[in-house]
Amino acid sequence: MNAPAKLTPDDFATDQEVRWCPGCGDYAILKAVHKTLPELGATHENTVFVSGIGCAARFPYYINTYGFHTIHGRAAAIATGVKLANPELNVWVVGGDGDSLSIGGNHLFHLLRRNVDVQYLMFNNEIYGLTKGQFSPTSRVGTKSPSTPQGSVDRPANGLRFALGAGARFVGRAIDIQQANLGALLKRAHGHKGASFVEILQNCIVYNDDVFAHITDKKVAADAQILVEDGKPLLFGKDKSKGLRLNVKTLALEMVTLGEGGVGLDDILVHDEKNRVLGGLLADLEAPFPVALGVIYCDPAESYEAAVWGQMAQAKAKNPKPDINKLLRAGNVWTVE
Amino acid sequence: MVGSVAGTAAQRGRKKVESVVVRFAGDSGDGMQITGSQFSSSTALHGNDLATFPDFPAEIRAPIGTTFGVSAFQINFGSRAIKTSGDKSDVLVAMNAAALKVSLSNLREGGLVILDTGSFNERNFVKAGYKVDPRTDGSLAHYQVMEIDISKMTLDVAKPLGLSQKEALRCKNMWTLGLVYWMYDRDLQPTIDWLQGKFGAKAPEVAAANIAALKAGHAFGETVEISGDYAGYSIGRASIEKGLYRLVQGSEALAWGLLAGSQLAGLEMLLASYPITPSSPVLHSLSDLKAFGVLTFQAEDEIAAACAAIGASYAGRLGVTASSGPGIALKTEAIGLAIGTELPLVVVNTQRAGPSTGLPTKTEQSDLYLSVYGRNADAPMPVLSVRSPGDAFETAIEAVRIATKYMTPVMLLSDGYIANAAEPWLVPDIADYKPFPVKFRTDPEGFHPFLRDPKTLARAWAVPGTPGLAHRIGGIERDYNSGNISYEPENHQRMTDTRANKILGIANDIPEQQVEIGAPGGKMVVVGWGSTYGPINRAVSNMREAGYDVSHIHLRYIWPLPRNLGDLLRSYDQVLIAEMNTGQLRTLLRAEYLVPADGLNKVSGQPMMISEVEDAIRSRLATAKAAE
Ligand code: SF4
Repeated sequence: MNAPAKLTPDDFATDQEVRWCPGCGDYAILKAVHKTLPELGATHENTVFVSGIGCAARFPYYINTYGFHTIHGRAAAIATGVKLANPELNVWVVGGDGDSLSIGGNHLFHLLRRNVDVQYLMFNNEIYGLTKGQFSPTSRVGTKSPSTPQGSVDRPANGLRFALGAGARFVGRAIDIQQANLGALLKRAHGHKGASFVEILQNCIVYNDDVFAHITDKKVAADAQILVEDGKPLLFGKDKSKGLRLNVKTLALEMVTLGEGGVGLDDILVHDEKNRVLGGLLADLEAPFPVALGVIYCDPAESYEAAVWGQMAQAKAKNPKPDINKLLRAGNVWTVE
Repeated sequence: MVGSVAGTAAQRGRKKVESVVVRFAGDSGDGMQITGSQFSSSTALHGNDLATFPDFPAEIRAPIGTTFGVSAFQINFGSRAIKTSGDKSDVLVAMNAAALKVSLSNLREGGLVILDTGSFNERNFVKAGYKVDPRTDGSLAHYQVMEIDISKMTLDVAKPLGLSQKEALRCKNMWTLGLVYWMYDRDLQPTIDWLQGKFGAKAPEVAAANIAALKAGHAFGETVEISGDYAGYSIGRASIEKGLYRLVQGSEALAWGLLAGSQLAGLEMLLASYPITPSSPVLHSLSDLKAFGVLTFQAEDEIAAACAAIGASYAGRLGVTASSGPGIALKTEAIGLAIGTELPLVVVNTQRAGPSTGLPTKTEQSDLYLSVYGRNADAPMPVLSVRSPGDAFETAIEAVRIATKYMTPVMLLSDGYIANAAEPWLVPDIADYKPFPVKFRTDPEGFHPFLRDPKTLARAWAVPGTPGLAHRIGGIERDYNSGNISYEPENHQRMTDTRANKILGIANDIPEQQVEIGAPGGKMVVVGWGSTYGPINRAVSNMREAGYDVSHIHLRYIWPLPRNLGDLLRSYDQVLIAEMNTGQLRTLLRAEYLVPADGLNKVSGQPMMISEVEDAIRSRLATAKAAE
């Protein structure tokens, strides 16, 4: 038999017309996924994309693998069923911020705490796009929208903090248009056995354009982002001249500049993926601090479906030839003649 | 049959009776359910037919001695075929004043009350809401009363075996059971074995004390026999079909039926469920069957349970979700997804009294509308109903067959009464069932996910992992010819019609409706579904013996309805629908067949009584006669 031909990004595109608004950040994410799948050695048949409802949730229609576009908020629960039924499948879940943290917050929480081996991609655009622009659970206070003409008053949810709180063992963040970083993060998420939570900051050009400009704009990017790497000091800024230091009195991070006030490289925190406390501090960072990107936390543990199938294997080993007739006849039986 | 020599000697003086209804009633903590199920086992082994009705409160441990903490277990057993747990009891065992208060109205006039006088004191009268001692105010005048200080007699035998006062008192249900065993000539041994098995290893003194109490109650019966008033009874074996029997509870039989169905389909199962009364035993039963490849998933909520089951079906297992009314209400959107994407799914609904929380431990048949109609948009799905504990096995298999053959969710209706009731069951042999193996699509040639079998209209089931068949499906309307998203008006019309016709077509694949008792045509037919089978059947047979022209039809298939049902109903002068709701099947049958169906409806949370059905038949046929 011939070795299967190596798949290309185009092999993972479908014949369906992509229906996002021109300029939507979803296109960039789709491109990164198309490009990453062949690099992962993914196959059409063993990959499944499950989604809920929303702009992001249209994703599966555009990927040439198995795909299931389900109902609002429930993709995590459906994906749990898929993975439990067949742990061999490589399962990805795609949802927006409303799908994931509002209507589906409960299911996402339990998917993460159970540690079901799927990649959960949350496209965060801080708005409801498909329903025409209402504020979302990640919208900042004061967001003006059709349902909040005076500005929203709800305090926003932090997806990474939520995931860490739920007990997620893999938490990361990327920006839609940063293809290389996004691709690298997707690969790490895929390689992680257990639930991987990836937040992707995604620009909704129609209803919430430039909501992340203060982070992504070229002029400010260097100071507004910090790409964390395991084992490397938490440096950012042009020439990596700034860093994050732990203030042991307040147990908070502070921004310092190398060489200023006697600050040396030794003072800068070194990223440790397995450190959940540090993961929490990084997840919390927002302006004027740089926003943390990359693998914020990764500390694998046994995945849910593996544990369940392990119990099933034990039961099967104990009773290798289960017989339903025997089951029905166990206990008190009697014969009527 | 009876192991003890004394029992055999007593046989001579025993009164022969055909059938008896005994009700054990006590506090939630008195172990009445255990007493009842032990009595059921012994009675089954004795060769009687039987039906049981566990009637317990919603609270796990209500305040001791109160009426809302009363837990009861009723059993009807006899040498003839037993179809219900009995309208009124012949014997009431009341472990305290509250139990007497709650259950007395259920005792027939002249029936026997056995009272534990040890718990008949001022404090308990107050808690039960009695102003005066019920033994002195004449309220028991129409009954035989046997007053025994069961508490003291139990303490006398159990305490010396090393139990505390409190522990020793807990054995009084076994003392009582021993007495009732003596009354009906039952063998003690199965219960002794059970007690040994349950406590023998962990707490031998508890086993010994319970066994001593059981024997003491039995011995007490033998001793008081002298008085003559309380002679024991003997009940012959019922003449039932030959074969191997066991006692089975509805929820257990239903779980096993799902397993059997999945095996006949050649699939492994995933049950996803969220704990809810009275459905949870289905989850418990299946959770212990992993060796059979059964996976169970206790989800975070009802919606997740339905969704995980759908995900499993999508990935090629048999997805099942089980709940009760309020939980089913939560699942409806997900069920709509399974209808739209045409995936197999079995939804078990163990109905309970509602709306909202309603009466969680009481029974009702009020989710017929929910099952047949209760979803957004035109979303038809098959609905099957279970009539008895044993029938749950057969109907569950049928639900799996229809779900997998037609690629559709199926609603399987049981109820709280069936779930908890037990009956002797002729144990089936799985080899007698015709397999209905599922064929997954594997051929990429000409494939799209909504390719249909021209006969069943079922779509192809292609599961992830199959090379060459990668495809996308979802909740957005799918193109008839490709499965891709389609917003075309004609396509939506066509898909809606196709989904409806697929379900209606199942009527050609299910048996024609039979008449249970009687014949097509005649003055009246009583139509029922679900757990009212027993009372309707007995009532109709009684009334026919009394010369009334009445038949009984009982539906398993609620949707689609059997193809001959309309003609069958029209062949009777009167159609009476007996159901435990305010008329849901009646509405459905009127709408489908334009028959002037009348209703006998009951929603008290208690099972329908034979006498209620008889009265309804009598009054209607008498009125019809008068009008002639
Ligand atoms: S509404 Fe916003 S998120 Fe949705 S497709 Fe358009 S740009 Fe993208």
